[in-house]
Amino acid sequence: MAQKTYAGVTVDVTEEGYFTNPSQWTKEIGAEIAKEEGITLTDQHYAIIDFLRKRHLGGEALSIRSINHSGIIDVKTFYQLFPGAPLKKATKIGGIPKPASCV
Amino acid sequence: MSDTQKFPIKKVNIICAKGAIEDVYAALVLANGAVMEGIETNMFFTFFGLDAIIKTRMDKLHTSVVGNPALRLPGGMRMPTLLGVIPGMEAMTSGMMLSQMEKLDVPPVSEFLDLITAGGGKIYACHLAVQMFKLKKEDLSDHVLGILTVGEFYGIAGGEGSQIIFT
Repeated sequence: MAQKTYAGVTVDVTEEGYFTNPSQWTKEIGAEIAKEEGITLTDQHYAIIDFLRKRHLGGEALSIRSINHSGIIDVKTFYQLFPGAPLKKATKIGGIPKPASCV
Repeated sequence: MSDTQKFPIKKVNIICAKGAIEDVYAALVLANGAVMEGIETNMFFTFFGLDAIIKTRMDKLHTSVVGNPALRLPGGMRMPTLLGVIPGMEAMTSGMMLSQMEKLDVPPVSEFLDLITAGGGKIYACHLAVQMFKLKKEDLSDHVLGILTVGEFYGIAGGEGSQIIFT
């Protein structure tokens, strides 16, 4: 267990930087983590992060496929918004644990 | 820094040569997982693996119910090989496998290829196998970027941190 400070708030994270307590997250914190990842968050980023957070807090598993059912963006846009490893980046920026799904 | 961090896998080239559900899905899960990690991904479908990229067959794959000692009945008992020859048994077992996967959010083959290509994964067919099965480009799914000879496949497979995986 490690701690990091974003936007003046100290939060609990794993060694890889994923939040262990999603309730510590705020939009401002998200913007700072995104900056570390080289991403500037837009409304579209926030909308999909909100979708992922709600899904996670609702106890549902996160998968790349679920993005297509979000009604916000398709998977292709998701890859463009969070280049490289989008599900990992989006969950890290969104203050939720690293997805344990293989799909 | 550990060796796994120093020498990460940067690219995978996955060959799918068999067309049963488990063979194709093994390749698709590996490929999609790589794309999701930001790893450059090529898929090369050959021989019976071509069924996974033939428009009319890709979403109707079956699994073998004979000669498969690991196949179990619901409840865990081994499936007797003789049961496998009952008409409809293969379709029923295959349907059960697919619905089980659907529950785990594993999509049908065509949708899986949508996800892989949306993330930049590239799909290729084997030239020799396409000739052997007398197929045309139009028979193949729109996900297929090209029909490659084995030499061309090796040509695109190179690079530091690149791996060839045969499923």
